[in-house]
Amino acid sequence: MERLSFQRRFYGKILRGTLYLCGGLTCAVLSFLIAYVLYRGLRGITWELLTTQRSIINKTNGILPNILNTLYIILLSMGIVLPLGVGAAVYLTEYASNHRMVALIEFATEILTGIPSIIFGLVGMLFFGQLLGLSYGILAGGLTLVVMILPTIVRTTQESLKTVPQSYREGALGLGAGKWRMVRTVVLPSAIDGIVTGCILSVGRIVGESAALLFTAGMGVALHGFWEALNSSSATLSVALYAYVNEYANVDVAMAIAAVLMLITLAINLTAAQMSRRFKREQEGAR
Amino acid sequence: MDHEFVRGAGKKLPHQTIHAVGRQAASIGQTVRPKRLLRESLEHTMSTVFFLCGFLAVACVLFISIYLILSGLPAIWEIGVRDFLFGDTWDGQGRKFGILPFLLTSVAGTGGAVLIGVPVGVLTAIFLSKMANPRTVTVLRAAVSLLAGIPSVVYGLVGMVVLVPAIQRLFSLPSGANLLSAVVVLAIMILPSIINVSETALRAVPKEYEEASLALGATYTETVFRVSLPAARSGVATAIVLGVGRAIGEAMAIIMVSGNVPNLPASPFTPVQFLTTAIASEMNYAAFGSLWRQALFSIGLVLFLFIVMINVILNTFIKHKRER
Amino acid sequence: MKQPIMRTNRLNLWYGETHALKDVTLDMPEHQITALIGPSGCGKSTFLKTLDRMNELIPSVRIQGEVLYRGKNIFDAQMDVTSLRRYVGMVFQKPNPFPMSIYDNIAYGPRTHGIRGKGELDALVERSLRNAAIWDEVKDRLKKSALSLSGGQQQRICIARALAVEPDVLLMDEATSALDPISTSKIEDLMADLKQSYTIVIVTHNMQQAARVSDRCAFFLHGELVESNGTEQMFSMPKDKRTEDYITGRFG
Repeated sequence: MERLSFQRRFYGKILRGTLYLCGGLTCAVLSFLIAYVLYRGLRGITWELLTTQRSIINKTNGILPNILNTLYIILLSMGIVLPLGVGAAVYLTEYASNHRMVALIEFATEILTGIPSIIFGLVGMLFFGQLLGLSYGILAGGLTLVVMILPTIVRTTQESLKTVPQSYREGALGLGAGKWRMVRTVVLPSAIDGIVTGCILSVGRIVGESAALLFTAGMGVALHGFWEALNSSSATLSVALYAYVNEYANVDVAMAIAAVLMLITLAINLTAAQMSRRFKREQEGAR
Repeated sequence: MDHEFVRGAGKKLPHQTIHAVGRQAASIGQTVRPKRLLRESLEHTMSTVFFLCGFLAVACVLFISIYLILSGLPAIWEIGVRDFLFGDTWDGQGRKFGILPFLLTSVAGTGGAVLIGVPVGVLTAIFLSKMANPRTVTVLRAAVSLLAGIPSVVYGLVGMVVLVPAIQRLFSLPSGANLLSAVVVLAIMILPSIINVSETALRAVPKEYEEASLALGATYTETVFRVSLPAARSGVATAIVLGVGRAIGEAMAIIMVSGNVPNLPASPFTPVQFLTTAIASEMNYAAFGSLWRQALFSIGLVLFLFIVMINVILNTFIKHKRER
Repeated sequence: MKQPIMRTNRLNLWYGETHALKDVTLDMPEHQITALIGPSGCGKSTFLKTLDRMNELIPSVRIQGEVLYRGKNIFDAQMDVTSLRRYVGMVFQKPNPFPMSIYDNIAYGPRTHGIRGKGELDALVERSLRNAAIWDEVKDRLKKSALSLSGGQQQRICIARALAVEPDVLLMDEATSALDPISTSKIEDLMADLKQSYTIVIVTHNMQQAARVSDRCAFFLHGELVESNGTEQMFSMPKDKRTEDYITGRFG
């Protein structure tokens, strides 16, 4: 029997080589990015950086206000968007009876998930800032993020609601449970993993967001309490990174912030992976 | 979880049966139990609450589009559609508002990023789903999802500190902040979504296809490229469109590397401004109520329409594929 | 008896710890249909897949012994697995046409093996489809997706696809089990035609089918080859008690 023709072996080798090359290239870019940010940034992360605020008099470049602002904005927007988004998803999958309407809404949310954040920033600035008269701050920024994240939460919740077997619902209703009771005791508990994963991803998106916050939350780096921060210009970590590059021309602090952001992203990813692993185990255990 | 459900259901069963009988009794005007009344009003309240949530969500969606259109239109009206879209000079203070430089830059930048990012991303996805051993896959996939999660400002920063000087030195340019740098940054940024979506599609290719091809005497590599990849093509197409969407909407990563001058993208080495970065960098300078500021809103509208168009294409494309 | 084109010699196979084939020695003569029968899990499909080394796609498989194709051991280091599979084709239980047009499905194999000429391909596609007795049903829609056909048509497309690489031996793994009776009888007729030019080995759980189409039969049980003989002899006077029990429907 003849061997594989030279031509076929040759092309096979080339293609295989290209594949390994691309895999390797992706790997290289990734490792370089991670290593570089951590290498340049980690030495900048000092106790002083984490616990003070930027002050020209004291000559400090602290990012404590920005860490707090990030937390504030996560609390505020998740606090609003979570009940709202989950509620809307429940309405769409469990209550709504007009199917064409639902399809239309799903199409709209799908389109909204693809809208770039700078547009949300623009609309947030116009509506919350100009029309409602809110000043730069966590409130305007947080509300903008609510609008931005809402479609994602609705979608991920809907996706996981749809995976709940119809037999569960029939079972609950067949036992005489009302709709809300069915949703609370059967549907939501079965869909909780998808909702939690959606939340974690949304938190990640809030942490990384900058374009939507430039003209809504502002670029201020002074220390505020929660209530004060609501309506005073307050930069989150990502916005602060941009501010340190653009306004204060301090690349070292920016690199330190980048390293902090990288670590947070890593933590969020690990949590999300851990969560989905745990849920998978639980589901297998229940079966 | 369903375990809990079964337990709860078992406990409630006798009570619920009685409840159902009770409902019939109530309809002919007999005993009304306060507990049941409470439950029914709770049901009612919750369905209203859910309806409100749904309504609010839809209102948000509608609202954004309408508000954006309303605030974007006046400037376009005043400048004139043709002068706005095809005017090749943008000068905020000089009251020249042609966005052709931004449009072309966004198209060129996105095109370039897709040209680099898609082949690398798709080939990496093939590598991940068909060639790599499980340990490499675990590590690489974790790295890719990290890459997807890294804030865009971080990309911008690293691009500014590493890439821009490198390109300046490599091509001996006055400045390395130009279209090319932006393209490279964008290409890296769209990699994760392209890899993820294509990998999912490739893994979903039925094993029977590959077996059939192997049984005909095709090598594994030939099978992957001639059967698996074509079978996953709608997934790959989705990945490409997603990549385009992400690249065209990105602002903060490229604002630090692209030079921020409203030039036509004549060469890769021209410092340029994108639709997105034009909005981000000029908003602070344009005075409230000025035509300049309003023209920036109009840029937002153009960008919005671009994205909606891409999404509609994506949607019809996927549906079309499903029908066939 | 004709010269065996394929023969296994003390073939043993393990899936991890499970010993799935035990010392199987079997001849498959040229231009005949050999049917492998036995209850499910007896190793007949495993045996068939070993003949064109498709088992190697499963990671934990270990194989001992010889499989000779025209006198050459297919596990030899010099044996190129892709050209082996070109000569020993396979049709699977579930029809698995590629999501491409009918034409491209049939042309896939020849193109893989370097045939590019339009005229040559056209002729080959037509010949293969004719040989698989489906030309008349699809000749007007060669550019349509193969997935739009019925299950029986899809399976005949798969047979045509296997024929298009001009194999020597055709392995069919329960190729009719997913089909309706009419499609099944069409494919059975087809097998009888095909054996003029090819050697066929089929796996079937359908004893009537084995009796109808095959020239030789091999009965497997728990990974062992219990008995092999001409089909008529085997069904009229089985040598082994277990074969008799199986044929008369006492188990399986």
